Amino acid sequence: MSSILLMIVGLAAMSLGYLFYSKFIAEKIYRLDPNYKTPAHTLRDGVDYVPTNKFVLWGHHFTSVAGAAPIVGPAIAVIWGWVPAFMWVVLGTIFFAGIHDFGALWASARNRGQSVGMLSGRLIGSRGRSLFLVVIFLVLLMVNGAFAAVISNLLVSTPTSVIPVWGAIIVALVIGQLIYRYNVKLLWPSVGGVIVLYLLILLGSAYPITLPDTVLGLSAKSFWILLLFAYAAIASLLPVWVLLQPRDYINGLQLFVGLGLLYLAVLFGAPELVAPAYNTDLPADSPSIVPLLFVTIACGAISGFHGLVASGTTSKQLDKETDARFVGYFGAVGEGMLSLAAIICCTAGFATLLDWQQVYTAFGQGGVNAFVQGGGTLLANGLGLPADLGATILAVMAILFAGTTMDTGLRLQRFVIQEAGELAGMKVNTVVGTLIAVGVCMALAFGAGSEGSGGMAIWPLFGTTNQLLAGLTLAIITVLLIKQGRPAMYTLVPLVFLLAMSIYALLVQMGQFYRAENWLLLGMDVVILIAALWVTLEAIIAMRKGRDPAAEMTTDEPLP
Amino acid sequence: MTPRPFFQRLSDGLKEFYVAPYRRTFARARRDEDDLFMLLVFAESLGVPNPAAWYTLELMPELYERFHDWHQRMGMEHSPLDHIGCC
Repeated sequence: MSSILLMIVGLAAMSLGYLFYSKFIAEKIYRLDPNYKTPAHTLRDGVDYVPTNKFVLWGHHFTSVAGAAPIVGPAIAVIWGWVPAFMWVVLGTIFFAGIHDFGALWASARNRGQSVGMLSGRLIGSRGRSLFLVVIFLVLLMVNGAFAAVISNLLVSTPTSVIPVWGAIIVALVIGQLIYRYNVKLLWPSVGGVIVLYLLILLGSAYPITLPDTVLGLSAKSFWILLLFAYAAIASLLPVWVLLQPRDYINGLQLFVGLGLLYLAVLFGAPELVAPAYNTDLPADSPSIVPLLFVTIACGAISGFHGLVASGTTSKQLDKETDARFVGYFGAVGEGMLSLAAIICCTAGFATLLDWQQVYTAFGQGGVNAFVQGGGTLLANGLGLPADLGATILAVMAILFAGTTMDTGLRLQRFVIQEAGELAGMKVNTVVGTLIAVGVCMALAFGAGSEGSGGMAIWPLFGTTNQLLAGLTLAIITVLLIKQGRPAMYTLVPLVFLLAMSIYALLVQMGQFYRAENWLLLGMDVVILIAALWVTLEAIIAMRKGRDPAAEMTTDEPLP
Repeated sequence: MTPRPFFQRLSDGLKEFYVAPYRRTFARARRDEDDLFMLLVFAESLGVPNPAAWYTLELMPELYERFHDWHQRMGMEHSPLDHIGCC
């Protein structure tokens, strides 16, 4: 089948979802009111609460939520064939992610821009706050561990990306200085930055850097992981304007350039899908598609992380309540498009089925490397770039994303550790907090086995924690709807499905880790399972309280 | 309103794109610094000897308006100073 057809069907389905389903939800379920005064106006302070043009707001929301995860998940999941991955991404975006992101935005905007954490504290009770801290800690731990493994795999498999990846840090440092110290207008540094980045990619293509098999007694992959955490720890301690801010910015621009290139390449190259629709010839030891598909693709189908962004920052900048539909739902569609591109790269970017099978030799193999290779071939055929150059571009894109997520994640994790320390009555300073965060993440990355597919063994666990967070947000939206006596089915069904699949997946993986005698991951699995049962229990308790006539007044009435 | 030149609008859009995600972080950092400054200015009144008291005294009236928010942020529900009756 032609990948263009797949692309068109996917994009059309998601557009229809936006045009019709989100309209229905906006009018009948969330009942958006164009005259409602949003927190951006009622609490306007020029800092957190700033009414923002909906297109600009969408840009922020999208670039904050899009990362390496919507690429890695589908890249692993196509091992079951492209149909399951495609269906889950498209239907997930329409019926799960869209409703979830849009709902988080709505719930927060109707509650003075409070975050999911605060809302869970209010609606679930004092335990809600601790539950939220536990889930968020697990998500961040998994993100940092999994992404370190992803990046080190890529740096080893695509040695041409080494120079541009580390060079990008210098580009960001220079831009930061130009903007902050010399107050240069952004246009030229942006253009210059992107040009230098692409020159570095050319340079990297010409001079690939391969580490020797062992460095300081460590394997190349382990050494990169060590280096990455050292970098992330330093980056998370530096003032944000020095590195994080310009890096995020350059990555945002990169995202739009990269996504545009990929879609153009597919359009011009019109490659055929070589991977099987349903893979009947699965490698031995591959886990069963149900439930693992639903936790392997988290971002791209539904991701709890979006709820954090939507309720944490985006909701405070919503100019009109009716903008929530575009920003929230279409933000999810943007992420779905990224995942769709990843699916096409990993299934159409190979010459023959045999080539594809040689990459997907085991579950967790292939993955993002397949995205880089396949996408490189697509860029070569569609736009006439040299294949290794295309692969380098995509590897750099994926690594930069994973890298920014890592340093931001480490920073957030330090805050969580400090907050938990405060709850326990201890003062944890910045350096100690960072060291603890790096320590636990590194233990996970190494303990999971930094070699071969072992590093990716934690990926489904990351997906599971992300789904749990999404479940918590969906539970909050559902409770709000029930309290106001509105139909709750549209969020309740996704919620039940997600929690059931997460718990099922945790049980399946528990068996796997036990057989593999991986006690660290088995322990993590048990901890996550307890958190999952906890979320389920709290959701049931909160929903059983039923309709609350007072709630209809408090949450729907414009704030004074 | 006359339409602004394209490059101007592009440049402004990029600036918003650069600044907005970190607006809150910077505002927090600034507030922390202001809080410390507040402590220095009111040090003498709070019983902490301050060699620059002569100079900071002059700044006090400038900071009165922010005093209420400050003491609440610092975890004191009511004004710690008798001569400032903000609440």
